[in-house]
Amino acid sequence: MNSKQIDEPANMVPTDRRAVLKGFGAIGAGLVLGVCLPVTGRIGQSGAAFAEEAGAAFTPNAFVRISPDNTVTVLIKHIEFGQGPFTGLSTLVAEELDADWAQMRAEAAPADGSKYKNLMFGVQGTGGSTAIANSYTQMREAGAKARAMLVAAAAQTWSVDVAGITVEKGVVKHAASGKSATFGELANAAKTIDVPTAVTLKKPEDFKIIGTDVPRMDSEAKSTGAAEFTIDFNKDGLLTVLVARSPVFGGFVKSFDDTEARKVSGVVDVRQIPTGVAVYAKSYWAASKGREALKVTWDESAAETRSSAEIETLYRDLAKVPGKVAAEKGTLDTAFKNSAKVIEAEYVFPFLAHAPMEPLDCAIEADSSKAEIWAGSQFPPLDQMAAAQVLMLRPEAVKVNTLFAGGSFGRRATPSGELAREAAECVKAIDRKYPVKLMRSREDDMTGGYYRPFTVHRLKASLDKDGNISGWDQTIATSSILAGTPFAFMVQGGIDPTAVEGASDSPYQLPSLRVSVHQQSTGVPPLWWRSVGHTHTGFAVETFLDELLAASGKDAVEGRLALLKADAREAGVLKAVAELAQWGRSLSDGHAMGVAVHQSFSSYVAQVAEVSLGEEGLPKVHKVWCAVDCGVAVNPNIVKAQMEGGIGYGLSAALFNAVTLDKGRIVETNFDTYRSLRINEMPDVEVTIVKSAEAPTGVGEPGVPPVAPAVANAWAKLTGKRVRRLPFAGRDA
Amino acid sequence: MAAFILTINGREHKVDADPDMPLLWAIRDVVGLTGTKFGCGIAQCGACTVHIDGQPQRSCVLPISAVGEAKVTTIEGLDGTVAEAVKAAWVDIDVPQCGYCQSGQVMSAVGLLSETSNPTDEDIDAAMAGNICRCATYVRIRQAIKNAAGKVQG
Repeated sequence: MNSKQIDEPANMVPTDRRAVLKGFGAIGAGLVLGVCLPVTGRIGQSGAAFAEEAGAAFTPNAFVRISPDNTVTVLIKHIEFGQGPFTGLSTLVAEELDADWAQMRAEAAPADGSKYKNLMFGVQGTGGSTAIANSYTQMREAGAKARAMLVAAAAQTWSVDVAGITVEKGVVKHAASGKSATFGELANAAKTIDVPTAVTLKKPEDFKIIGTDVPRMDSEAKSTGAAEFTIDFNKDGLLTVLVARSPVFGGFVKSFDDTEARKVSGVVDVRQIPTGVAVYAKSYWAASKGREALKVTWDESAAETRSSAEIETLYRDLAKVPGKVAAEKGTLDTAFKNSAKVIEAEYVFPFLAHAPMEPLDCAIEADSSKAEIWAGSQFPPLDQMAAAQVLMLRPEAVKVNTLFAGGSFGRRATPSGELAREAAECVKAIDRKYPVKLMRSREDDMTGGYYRPFTVHRLKASLDKDGNISGWDQTIATSSILAGTPFAFMVQGGIDPTAVEGASDSPYQLPSLRVSVHQQSTGVPPLWWRSVGHTHTGFAVETFLDELLAASGKDAVEGRLALLKADAREAGVLKAVAELAQWGRSLSDGHAMGVAVHQSFSSYVAQVAEVSLGEEGLPKVHKVWCAVDCGVAVNPNIVKAQMEGGIGYGLSAALFNAVTLDKGRIVETNFDTYRSLRINEMPDVEVTIVKSAEAPTGVGEPGVPPVAPAVANAWAKLTGKRVRRLPFAGRDA
Repeated sequence: MAAFILTINGREHKVDADPDMPLLWAIRDVVGLTGTKFGCGIAQCGACTVHIDGQPQRSCVLPISAVGEAKVTTIEGLDGTVAEAVKAAWVDIDVPQCGYCQSGQVMSAVGLLSETSNPTDEDIDAAMAGNICRCATYVRIRQAIKNAAGKVQG
């Protein structure tokens, strides 16, 4: 791709021109430091602006700031890495405030768990597709209270009764007296009004902004290169740091020689930290070359040095007998004893890396009394705590600025705060003398741990003489994501709910069922990966069920509907997607459709995939139809975008992705071996949103689980082969 | 270390750096333009796409010693009818999600439309397949390119 030859190398620039240019060499050097592009338009990062303006502005609560210039800024407690909380949470405020959308602005909230906690987690953080769901009432109340105070201020100013005042598109009016004012004009007067204790929120049928496709607030900045990510952060004296880490999980530095590394131009220092050897430099390139020149000997005596095949054997053996029971009903033994047919299957799911486009990074500056972090922090208080521990500071002495992040898919939500911790170790190891930006190469990012755990499912089901499913026995072997983290309290009765979600809560009305789980940790750190347990439970349940229905000659849609309660929301999306895709119609030769439906994070998604035999023995996915029920769709356009993205992300993993270990070393280290879906492989996507007045639920993850089983079910129709191992590529290896 | 003169967005910049420093890091760490992104370092993802004499190239594997007097254009220096149409089309249908790859996507799309005013789906695949989007905004990228082509052609 880069092969265009440039004829004249720059080192042949004529000397006279060099001489001319020497003059502005100093300007060039100035540009190295402190360049910080302004963020375009309507979005801002946490920090300075809010504090500066707060004096003049009306700030009825921790979320809303109304300035004399008539802008309304919403402080967004959730990180924006694509799912749209900047726009969505602003929409909720604007709705109840009766603001004009054009006056709305959004800004990342600072780390402050007392004000900005996720109401579903109890701590400040983003994940589990909860941003809109947990903010729905809170943000609307914030807007409604601000509105009430503006109205009261207007009534006071105009000496009229509040009853005669209306608010529309950011203008407060009193028709009888003919008076009107903007929010900005009322901001000062509103400051003296008491915050109302209770407000009445609008009924969904009265919404004017919620449910419309207001444009994303971050589109312009992200289409022009102006949006600032952590990698773009800079400040005077900042050094870029790359860390040489153990090539295996659980290894540590035995000894190192930095003689050659220190000779690399641009390398400022080399220090050992708990996780490896840190190279500090004036540029990424210098840090990278310096790190290459390091000689490190690793102690691997306590490390995970098994290969994937050994880990696979471990989990396959575990899954041969039932584990801890997560769900049980009916009498399985009787079902199997009286069965006309028994079908068994084993499913193998690989480790998966999240591989967000922006490799992980975290900037930090510290002195003896305080520290400041700039990062795409998904759990700001946990990152704050991790850095505070390392630097021996009180957590409140560590300020966390949440910047845009170039994707996460779960990767930035490490309960251990590992990235912030390592960044803090880096700044501590050079005696807090410089601000540092810890960066990771793509290879660091891919090999640095935290994967969707390797998982095996064993399924065994019985069909009675009429072809009905009489027994369902599912055994899962995986590792616990929550064990040993601050979220371990969620492990109930020894069962990590993220290991069994999507299987133990199956909506299918089966007479007998058992779902059990073995949780066996390895040295490979596990983490939630976009839709977590549903990534494997959705596949196992929806492909095995499809196989059972086919075995008794039942239609995949009708057969599922027959097993769902009539009012199940799964049934609603299944019917909607069947209609959208015209399920059952005749297709082009060599094409087949497969279907899957799955609930995750309280949102319901059904998808139909149209598939043919593609190149490399892989499915070619032509189109995916998708129906989603996420309650009130606050922004239908963003809901659709998340379905499109979830389908692409899920399909990428299903077709191509596995992280494998060779004697503990990660084999896939970059996009050449960890292949990502490209535009020519992306199916056309058509989404329908099932209308609902239920409170909204998330959309960041629920689009992912159904796509792989829908494709696999189509593949089985095409080829007669059931897919029992992911990814499709290399599954026979 | 050596001194190179790089012409970036119409301005000449003196860059004192190793000859093998990829153009990407000269643009980001020396010149200080951060719209061009780092994604893989091996010309696999396209996040670092810039124009070299108008042609989309991966700056992460192009040593500064090989740039010569070629004109480098980054997302910040993109202008003209096609570029404005592409950026407007991106905003109009809300293409970006996380947004990190989108500078590279826009650079590739402008490169395509500058050569091929009315691209087919195959043209779009060929021009854009080098740009990975982990958010998988591909459906909208394709649509935005078609919308921009329509605008440019009037």
